[in-house]
Amino acid sequence: MSDTLVEIKNLTFNREERCIYNGISLNIPKGKVTAIMGPSGIGKTTLLRLIGGQLKPASGDILFAGQNIPELSRSALYEIRKRISMLFQSGALFTDMSVFDNVAFPIREHTKLPENIIEKMVMMKLEVVGLRGARHLKPSELSGGMARRAALARAIALDPELILYDEPFAGQDPISMGVIVRLIKDLNDALGLTSVVVSHDVHEVMSIADYIYIVAEQKIIGQGTPDEIRAQQSPLVRQFIKGEHDGPVPFHFPAKDFKDDLLGGKL
Amino acid sequence: MSKKIEIWVGFFVALGIAAFVSLALNVANSGIQGGDNSYQLYAKFDNIGGLKVRSPIKVGGVVVGRISDIRLDAEDYLPIVTLDIYEEYNQFSEATSLSILTAGLLGEQYIGLEPGFVDEELGIGILQPNDYVEDTKSAIVLEELIGQFLFSQSED
Amino acid sequence: MIKRFGQLGHTTLELLAGLGRALIILLSAITHMPNIRKGYPLFVKQVYSVGVLSLIIIIVSGLFIGMVLALQGHGVLIDYGAEASLGPMVALSLLRELGPVVTALLFAGRAGSALTAEIGLMKATEQLSSMEMMAVDPLRRVIAPRFWAGLFCMPLLAAIFSMVGIFGSHLVGVVWLGVDQGTFWSVMQGDVDFADIVNGTIKAVSFAFVVTWIAVFKGYDCVPTSEGISRATTSSVVQASLVVLGLDFILTAIMFT
Repeated sequence: MSDTLVEIKNLTFNREERCIYNGISLNIPKGKVTAIMGPSGIGKTTLLRLIGGQLKPASGDILFAGQNIPELSRSALYEIRKRISMLFQSGALFTDMSVFDNVAFPIREHTKLPENIIEKMVMMKLEVVGLRGARHLKPSELSGGMARRAALARAIALDPELILYDEPFAGQDPISMGVIVRLIKDLNDALGLTSVVVSHDVHEVMSIADYIYIVAEQKIIGQGTPDEIRAQQSPLVRQFIKGEHDGPVPFHFPAKDFKDDLLGGKL
Repeated sequence: MSKKIEIWVGFFVALGIAAFVSLALNVANSGIQGGDNSYQLYAKFDNIGGLKVRSPIKVGGVVVGRISDIRLDAEDYLPIVTLDIYEEYNQFSEATSLSILTAGLLGEQYIGLEPGFVDEELGIGILQPNDYVEDTKSAIVLEELIGQFLFSQSED
Repeated sequence: MIKRFGQLGHTTLELLAGLGRALIILLSAITHMPNIRKGYPLFVKQVYSVGVLSLIIIIVSGLFIGMVLALQGHGVLIDYGAEASLGPMVALSLLRELGPVVTALLFAGRAGSALTAEIGLMKATEQLSSMEMMAVDPLRRVIAPRFWAGLFCMPLLAAIFSMVGIFGSHLVGVVWLGVDQGTFWSVMQGDVDFADIVNGTIKAVSFAFVVTWIAVFKGYDCVPTSEGISRATTSSVVQASLVVLGLDFILTAIMFT
């Protein structure tokens, strides 16, 4: 399976007492956009952190290019991370640096290139996301959409093989959402990257993903290309795609009977 | 990083070092003098009163050294005091006398050093390091003084 | 009864776990001493925000504490005709105790809280996480320069504090209350030992160590929410202050008895 970049096998992960994943397996093919969807609160971000090695699973393997991430030594993990980028939901720009320095940060940390070459590299990345004119601004002076684009420029600064997008569309207005959708697609196609997009914005994901996994209730409940997903009959999948408020995924957080709670008096 | 930050940091470090140096030189002068550049003399007293290690040794009010050690002689149970005298005061006569004095009525006790004459003909030379100063006067203990006073009063 | 034991055990384990995490942070901060090429600019920047920005509060407090010491000391000493001892009284109080202790307390309030809040906020906004994902160790990049800057700055601040305090007591004692200038300085020089400065500096370095350690640990270990950061900041200042006072007693007992 040489066309698989990341392979997750039988992954189980618990946070405190709560089980987040119970033996899930999935493949992320090289050079494609893979989307992981699911209702909020089921630990999609957790999955990205597991791939990035920031969290350790209770059991199971996470293979990145054949190396099992949970078993790597610290230094080997840091070597792997140079080939992975992650775009955080908040952007996570360094607030004490300008946009330029933010994008230059990974280059300066990992290479010994002279400053004039770094400048050219940073300019290229900023040009891609359309923020060359904003290079002297501080992150606090950027709008949410611009901050995310700046963070994207930083994520691709070292030309990674894999980019993990954590909720790239959340909280964006339709225009910047469109911009980011286009950027993810263009970057993936032009640079030959592998992208993993975690999101619950069905429409946007459907438009760019090559393959989709839908995660709910600690398992993968559906997978396939966007067309296959649309054709699925599973009530869970249908509820999620159509955005129905109640169904197999309940509206209520699990609780005792409402009447008991009201009349019982003991909480 | 801006030049301004570097200048401020340089200023700060210089100020800190200046503070250290000025504390060492202006506030605690004696410590440096009393370092290695001293020699030892010994003296046996009958009673040292409230004398302590690090009490000063003064000639006419000028500090010429400090007490570095106080212990008891193993044979006659008299206190032996080690005096660290600064190197530049190395011409004291063998006829020098020491007395334990008090600064003010309630002040700290110190050793007053009375330099004697050097007379080659009488065989009175200069004190060499590690010599004993023979002529010592003990501390005046206030209680004994009062006792003597009362005793002499009752005799009258 | 068994529930009580359970609670006790839980608390103990949590305390030990916290201590362990704090030790890990300390170790990696120590082993990641800033190097010349990359670490130096970071270190200088932190010296600026930790040291230079604390200068004003240290100088002003030092000046006033020195002046108050001289005023109070003079009032007591003059009853015994011992105002000549004003110099050493002020100098010894400052060098042995007030210099290191008050500087450490002010440092915990001014710089320590800022360190905790800054690191906590970096954690809450995922900056530390994203650094880790960029294969840059936040302990080396963020924690270590701050720790070393704190360790470097506080003893300097303490020396400045003592010097300014002695200057302030000179202003009040000599210029205002009329203690003879020669007596003031010479008696001070006679009674203050170089060892006092060394001991004071040892204290200042120890306090710098614990205050900065607590500050960076609290920030790094905080719950990444606004409430978590505010709690971490408060407990950073409170714990640092208490530890400084307790440690001061221990060090004093070792040094001056």
